[in-house]
Amino acid sequence: MALEYDSLNENVKKCQYAVRGELYLRASELQKEGKKIIFTNVGNPHALGQKPLTFPRQVVALCQAPFLLDNPNVGMLFPADAIARAKHYLSLTSGGLGAYSDSRGLPGVRKEVAEFIERRDGYPRPCASYLSYHSDPELIFLTDGASKGVMQILNCVIRGAGDGILVPVPQYPLYSATISLLGGSLVPYYLDESENWGLDVNNLKQSVAQARSQGISVRAMVIINPGNPTGQCLSEANLREILRFCYNEKLVLLGDEVYQQNIYQDERPFISSKKVLMDMGSPFSKEVQLVSFHTVSKGYWGECGQRGGYFEMTNFPPRVVEEIYKVASIALSPNVSAQIFMGLMVNPPKPGDISYDQFTRESKGILESLRRRAKIMTDGFNSCKNVVCNFTEGAMYSFPQIRLPPGALQAAKQAGKVPDVFYCLKLLEATGISTVPGSGFGQKEGVFHLRTTILPAEEEMPEIMDSFKKFNDAFMTQYDNNFGYSRM
Amino acid sequence: MRRFVIGQAKNLIDQTRRRPRPHNNNIRLLSLLASDPIPVSSSRFFSDMTGSDSSSSLPVTLDSINPNVLKCEYAVRGEIVNIAQKLQDDLKINKDAYPFDEIIYCNIGNPQSLSQQPITFFREVLALCSHTALLDRDETHALFSADSIARAWKILDQIPGKATGAYSHSQGIKGLRDAIAAGIEARDGLPADPNDIFMTDGASPGVHMMMQLLISSEKDGILCPIPQYPLYSASIALHGGSLVPYYLDEASGWGLEISELKKQLEDAKSKGITVRALAVINPGNPTGQVLSEENQRDIVDFCKKEGLVLLADEVYQENVYVPDKKFHSFKKVARSMGHGEKDISLVSFQSISKGYYGECGKRGGYMEVTGFTSDVREQIYKVASVNLCSNISGQILASLVMSPPKPGDESYESYIAEKEGILSSMARRAKTLEEALNKLEGITCNRAEGAMYLFPCINLPQKAIAAAEAAKTAPDTFYCKRLLNATGIVVVPGSGFRQVPGTWHFRCTILPQEDKIPAIVNRLTEFHKSFMDEFRD
Repeated sequence: MALEYDSLNENVKKCQYAVRGELYLRASELQKEGKKIIFTNVGNPHALGQKPLTFPRQVVALCQAPFLLDNPNVGMLFPADAIARAKHYLSLTSGGLGAYSDSRGLPGVRKEVAEFIERRDGYPRPCASYLSYHSDPELIFLTDGASKGVMQILNCVIRGAGDGILVPVPQYPLYSATISLLGGSLVPYYLDESENWGLDVNNLKQSVAQARSQGISVRAMVIINPGNPTGQCLSEANLREILRFCYNEKLVLLGDEVYQQNIYQDERPFISSKKVLMDMGSPFSKEVQLVSFHTVSKGYWGECGQRGGYFEMTNFPPRVVEEIYKVASIALSPNVSAQIFMGLMVNPPKPGDISYDQFTRESKGILESLRRRAKIMTDGFNSCKNVVCNFTEGAMYSFPQIRLPPGALQAAKQAGKVPDVFYCLKLLEATGISTVPGSGFGQKEGVFHLRTTILPAEEEMPEIMDSFKKFNDAFMTQYDNNFGYSRM
Repeated sequence: MRRFVIGQAKNLIDQTRRRPRPHNNNIRLLSLLASDPIPVSSSRFFSDMTGSDSSSSLPVTLDSINPNVLKCEYAVRGEIVNIAQKLQDDLKINKDAYPFDEIIYCNIGNPQSLSQQPITFFREVLALCSHTALLDRDETHALFSADSIARAWKILDQIPGKATGAYSHSQGIKGLRDAIAAGIEARDGLPADPNDIFMTDGASPGVHMMMQLLISSEKDGILCPIPQYPLYSASIALHGGSLVPYYLDEASGWGLEISELKKQLEDAKSKGITVRALAVINPGNPTGQVLSEENQRDIVDFCKKEGLVLLADEVYQENVYVPDKKFHSFKKVARSMGHGEKDISLVSFQSISKGYYGECGKRGGYMEVTGFTSDVREQIYKVASVNLCSNISGQILASLVMSPPKPGDESYESYIAEKEGILSSMARRAKTLEEALNKLEGITCNRAEGAMYLFPCINLPQKAIAAAEAAKTAPDTFYCKRLLNATGIVVVPGSGFRQVPGTWHFRCTILPQEDKIPAIVNRLTEFHKSFMDEFRD
């Protein structure tokens, strides 16, 4: 055999990606055997019945089959604003959806993204000089989903095991997996569960100092805001501290802001790292290197299957941008239909457009329901024995802590499983609820969690939480011997 | 000199830091930098000047990015294309400043950007899958063919929850992989397993994935044809491996000699490099040759004997233009020799960007992975899963390409007419361009038996080579730039693909629409004459 397991790249073997790991595979097996599985392992809303927004799908369908635009009957099936928008996007391409675009994405769509960022952050585009643009389309790259962008940027940053990346723990495993694939070092900083997964800058300093004492040069810091799997929203003051920290420590800040539309409380609305950075003024706004990521997979769009995203670079020297462009060009171009989805996401129907009411009704309906589901889920978990759960302020996940009794730890050990994997497997077998064990995201030693999405249909939610509670409380009773819990 | 200037700048910066800075000091530094012709990242200095008390410089600069990134090159979208884009922009404003009125992109296999039309049936199905509510409407029958509606239903039934907006299985939607496997079976007359299929966003990510798996360090080598499609050199460089070249023989129609493979393998071994895989591009890019079955058997034998993974880039399998050659998949050849799963590790790459469909912008493709142990395949799956899945419309299109309409289907006639129209036109274009190139002084050009490119050899006069040297550019780049500036035709210099040292080539696609070909031939001929008149020794 030409290729033995032993001779594979060690970095590949080391890499872990729990979102599609053991639990997911077992769930798929059970599903094949005919068991009803509730997949709450991946933030994949359409798979759980969320309907796509109508307007963008109409526009993209027309772009897929541009000959429809010449058909006199097209108006029977498509509203005029969808037809106009399809023509608009086709005019931005050089050969429709079937031609490679610029490797950074269609210039016209990147311009729409830049305008969106300016509107969102309240920095309107001045008509004067190029330099005063708040957001420059030349520094925005469209990607096949946000993950591809994260990989491209980390690929440029990581030179070897001596390069460290600060990553929150718990974290979305894309980061640990990519850092491991690229042979870099993950430098963890812990989020404080008792402070609703707050980010304490003192912890950051400790993490960096410790990494440096081990000879690691810490080069970048990842924040996920709103948090995945932890669901917290960062405050403006906190973001300011983080940016100042990056400035002092000379770190590139990677801002994973893919859940920026998913906010379920009013005290802490989403605020972008870019806006905070600009508000801080010089020298920060001129020197902190920031890459922020966005996607069409999340928000009320949930268009995961399209693989569309972008990243925006701030304070990157032109020649570094050129190198990143070169790496992007090796993949030729991101897929064009997802680029159009991105254009539509940042530039949705406006008041007065034919489709505006429908679009607003659909998107509001999804967000309001997600907000209710976030609450049902947190409350449900908190009603269970030995389970404590912070409220999901944003994103799409609930990340309850499961206080496993010693009997359960023992049983897990006997079964050769990590305790939370053991718990999640039992949960899956008993209820069909497919979750991801906390160990896949990283957690403090001796503390156990699981991640579920808040995406199951709202009408099914009470039943799911009931069946979870029934399982959990029975599990706790079975293994409870009244002392020595895994610590809170 | 460079060091000196940088040193001087740094001294200045230090001075400005130590003392309270009068404003003109900044200006002096700026002017020093402005007159500095050396490409140093200027923002680094600007950031220094803002005078933070910590020790200067942005975290990521050209000096501190991954050196593997700096090393990799991708000429298909390199310097010449950038110049072309600038010319195109300028052409809109200064129409009369140039001896041509449009830029003709012959640099990249991107057919639909040059007005090739998509296959109607494929796009009908995609439109219906993009907006599935159409399937519930009676009016849809007035706008779509009946079999496209039926196919869309069939595809939706294969997608869990009919959710085209959901992440799929990381290998791709199972039902679509079934269709692809059936298509491979029909092509090869041999069974294919849907579990061997990994669907990808175009063929390139599949190649990257395999490189990631195979390459641990520069001690790991990949045998690559020279000339090669630069995806391979770029991917190997990014992953920090070693490209082990084997030269195709231009004199025998870019033949692949086993003796050359052996020689290069031994040479690599003697340098301490472990060769892990052999990449073969068939039909060839940029060279356009179609391998004979006999040659393929020798290659399979070689890989088996030497324990190499065979990476078969078969993305041009539909693009064969000569009656005396046929495409045979490496899998079929290996199996016909009696080599099964246990005998040879084989990865076959296919893309929806090429063929007659040319759906580059969709980013669809797959790799068929055979002859790997289950623990290795698990690792491939894991790497695929980090990226979640490839895009769904690309997946749907890949299944359509591998299972197009059949005789008797409503769309069959129009599908065949579109397909044959594109392929026969490509064959004519290849022939016309090849003949025109061979008429030029000092140019020889092998025929394009397949793929989408011509790769003529230009015997450049010494005077031209000297002029190129004076302009600090490779001679073939020099030629291509002159061609672009004189004619608006964009081609890629042979050095982007690598070539036998001392020979010079360029790659030109056969993709401009047929009515443009005579003008291209004329402009090319005229340019070449005047170039030779200027530089003839």
